[in-house]
Amino acid sequence: MSRTRSWVSDHLAMIIAVAVLVYLFLPVLYTFVFSFNNYRRSNITWNPEGSPTLKHWANPCGAPGVCPALVESIKIGALATLVATILGTLIAFALVRYVFRGRSSTNVLVFLPMATPEVVLGASLLTIFIQGFRMDLGFWTVVIAHIMFCISFVVVTVKARLQSLDPRLEEAASDLYANPRTTFLRITFPLALPGIVAAALLSFSLSFDDFIITNFVSGNETTFPKFVYVSYTRGIPAQANVIGFSMFLIAVLCVIAAQIIGSRRRGVAA
Amino acid sequence: MATNTREAHGDLVLENVTKEFADFTAVDDLSLVVPRGSFFALLGPSGCGKTTTLRMVAGLEQPTGGRVLIGETDITGTRPHERPVNTVFQSYALFPHLTVRENVAFGPKRRKAADAMRLADDALELVQLSHLAARKPGQLSGGQQQRVALARAVVNQPEVLLLDEPLGALDLKLRRQMQVELKRIQSEVGLTFIHVTHDQEEAMTMADTVAVMNRGRIEQMGPPERLYDLPQTAFVANFVGQSNLGVGRIHGTDGDFIVAEVSDTKVRIPKQRSEIHDGQVMFGVRPEKVRIHESQPVGTGNDVRAVVTDVSFTGVATQYLVTVPSGANWTVYEQNLDVEPISLRPGDDVWLSWDPTHAFGVPVDEDGRKAALAEDGA
Amino acid sequence: MTTAFAASAREAGDPQLTPPRRGGRRRGWTPYLLLVPGLLWLTLFFIVPLVQLGSASLQSQWPGAPGYYYRDVNVGNYVDALSSYGVHFLRSLAYAGLATVLCFVIAFPLAYAMAFKAGRWRNVMLILVVAPFFTSFILRTIAWRQILADDAPLARTLNALHLLPGGHITETWVAVVAGLTYNFLPFMVLPIYTSLERADPRLLEAGRDLYADRLTTLRTVTIPLAAPGILAGTLLTFIPAAGDYVNAELLGSDTSTKMVGNVINSQFFTVLGGYPTAAALSISLMILILVLVLGYVRRFGTEEVL
Ligand SMILES: Nc1ncnc2c1ncn2[C@@H]1O[C@H](COP(=O)(O)OP(=O)(O)OP(=O)(O)O)[C@@H](O)[C@H]1O
Ligand SMILES: [Mg+2]
Repeated sequence: MSRTRSWVSDHLAMIIAVAVLVYLFLPVLYTFVFSFNNYRRSNITWNPEGSPTLKHWANPCGAPGVCPALVESIKIGALATLVATILGTLIAFALVRYVFRGRSSTNVLVFLPMATPEVVLGASLLTIFIQGFRMDLGFWTVVIAHIMFCISFVVVTVKARLQSLDPRLEEAASDLYANPRTTFLRITFPLALPGIVAAALLSFSLSFDDFIITNFVSGNETTFPKFVYVSYTRGIPAQANVIGFSMFLIAVLCVIAAQIIGSRRRGVAA
Repeated sequence: MATNTREAHGDLVLENVTKEFADFTAVDDLSLVVPRGSFFALLGPSGCGKTTTLRMVAGLEQPTGGRVLIGETDITGTRPHERPVNTVFQSYALFPHLTVRENVAFGPKRRKAADAMRLADDALELVQLSHLAARKPGQLSGGQQQRVALARAVVNQPEVLLLDEPLGALDLKLRRQMQVELKRIQSEVGLTFIHVTHDQEEAMTMADTVAVMNRGRIEQMGPPERLYDLPQTAFVANFVGQSNLGVGRIHGTDGDFIVAEVSDTKVRIPKQRSEIHDGQVMFGVRPEKVRIHESQPVGTGNDVRAVVTDVSFTGVATQYLVTVPSGANWTVYEQNLDVEPISLRPGDDVWLSWDPTHAFGVPVDEDGRKAALAEDGA
Repeated sequence: MTTAFAASAREAGDPQLTPPRRGGRRRGWTPYLLLVPGLLWLTLFFIVPLVQLGSASLQSQWPGAPGYYYRDVNVGNYVDALSSYGVHFLRSLAYAGLATVLCFVIAFPLAYAMAFKAGRWRNVMLILVVAPFFTSFILRTIAWRQILADDAPLARTLNALHLLPGGHITETWVAVVAGLTYNFLPFMVLPIYTSLERADPRLLEAGRDLYADRLTTLRTVTIPLAAPGILAGTLLTFIPAAGDYVNAELLGSDTSTKMVGNVINSQFFTVLGGYPTAAALSISLMILILVLVLGYVRRFGTEEVL
């Protein structure tokens, strides 16, 4: 009897886990299914009359505005990622590698944006852009805002990586005649790189998926999430589902590829 | 400037080197000379400042006082990469993203050696790892990693090679093997080796000179035989081998001997073998120099009553633990030269004697006082 | 994505955060040079805007000129905002709190299974947890609207069984909380997973040895091991959930389920003259959350969260 009980409790966690994963995928499945919906006016309900269609997949830019919004999102994401990764990585290096006055205030300043709700970030940025800096809302205000909230996540990610590095490796390099510049280029940077790449990917996905802050500071600029949100009342074109699901596929394939390459690199015994 | 110091050669000299951390003096006014090409061992208990000393020689730590020189060149204040010194780190510190060969070639490349890869291959041959050159460090066993670390340092033919407990992580067999290997490499390449260890046997068997460190200071330095035969402090007497100690007061002299009274017994110490010539002295004699007798021996003039507390037979020798009148526990090694069976049992009264020319006298300090009382040989 | 959550879990949990390197490092200007660009950015686009928002929250409206304001110290904005929208505040906290608890209840077994039971499926499961979040979150929330809709199987079944009192799931607080729970779940799973994964499974065995029964082991060994992750996870779930308005907008009703985020949003964009009120609400929300977070961290956590 204790055997059956232990079987159940051993597998209980796994059973719940699988159920949770199904739950996590349910909306993705819906998004996927509705990308084949042969709907007339609104893609909210399944049209039982039309048979499933591939036409949205064949013509993903078919709905007006969807592809321009996607392009804007990619441009914003790329720019924000580039700048935030550089700025955040520099901060992370300073925090991990140096002892200086003001270090704990820096830590607080980096932590605060993560502890601030997005509406507050959006509202304050909108206020400063309009009342303070008198900037026109649009592409650049969105980029500025995205860089701001990505920096903290970059700092945290890169910092964790740097902290897990053995400082003795750098000492060994300088012991082996590498000057500080070479030590950084040959040892520190290559070893920190996985953390920096992870930070960049994180930044991109945060920026790409952001809606709340973007909605505050974008003016007439339309990003992909904003496009979806705005067209919700009028009916979202199935092309949005096609694009949304493709992003998911691309991301999953990238992660899997990275995993495979990573485990190859690390070698057998590592 | 950089190339200048990097080409320095000669003996390694530390002059009054001190290292203070915020609230702690890790190395305290340490001076020593390591002759070029010698194998020097730094021996001492954990936390006594061995690693800190090495780091100051390597340039990874700057002394708060004193100077470090190689030959005539003062290298104090120069950066690690400007010194002709390489380190085999306590934890290897191999670069995980480079192959074994690239790890070894790292130093030669930085020095712009034209044939860095060939040098690396030669060094790998020296440590018998040529067949693993293409692997990453993560794919090696602990002993193999250690040998890569060694090759990576030796390949540079530095003036001084620092080894920080390079054999610490190895099992006994591999350890012995690597000791022989290290010694071979040192005599082949003729570099100055500074080898840190807290294994006294390792230090004794490998080094030309051994320095015993304690609490940031060097207690004694010299050839291993001398360190063993004539310790200059109670700490050394106990850290290098074992000693039977007793605290006494000097009463006078008798020819070439000092006469001291240790718990109502008069003992003699050769004048040249005592650091102290009047007042309190700590008397010592090595366990294998002591004879054990069932009745008072005649003619030695140097004997003590004792009670046996433990007898253990170890094959070629028998080890006795005895309690002497001062209350200290002494150890006696008796070679099993006679065919007679051992007749002593715990509780038996015995007499101890020794040739007074083997005794030594060191200053009385806290370490020694404790050792004299707690000496148990266990 | 994984790494940052993992990292924030570390932040919360690692007692040996930033050990100053052996012997420290050269002081001097280098660290400041590294910091300047990033901190300047954060100052210009985080601190300064907050200050401006704070001052906006005290502005007064020109009489007879709606939409035009002058600098003032009009604390009345706060009184108005909190008296009119206090209920939205409470609702936000309640929904976010409930969603956080639900997230924990769902996330813990998943993280536990991933850390201890999944074996070689571990990485696959990790990918599966993160993967859904690459579909736009607006799209997924809309998908929930479809899943919970009145004519969809779930609501129909419940209705047929007379288990749905109001007849709807959407347009109720249940839908809003469900949406929040779903959207912030990985923020709970990943930190807990990271702290469990770093724990030694032998500890659990030792626990089982000592206590025999699993519940006691869970309470006395497993949960304390996961504590840093739970701390990070609850913060990463609660904070964005309390400020969210998209779920309430898309899943909730027009009246009874609005959260403070909705009010801020609409006061900013649709109510003429709502600007100071919106600012006052934002500042209040920020302060409230900071106070809660600090209290919570003081009570349960280590200082390393900061
Ligand atoms: N950065 C530092 N700050 C403060 N104290 C330190 C620092 N580095 C070392 N110490 C202290 O200095 C003393 C000597 O340390 P060191 O590493 O040299 O010991 P060791 O002789 O190499 O010991 P072991 O045999 O255990 O390696 C120790 O007490 C240590 O705690
Ligand atoms: Mg050491």
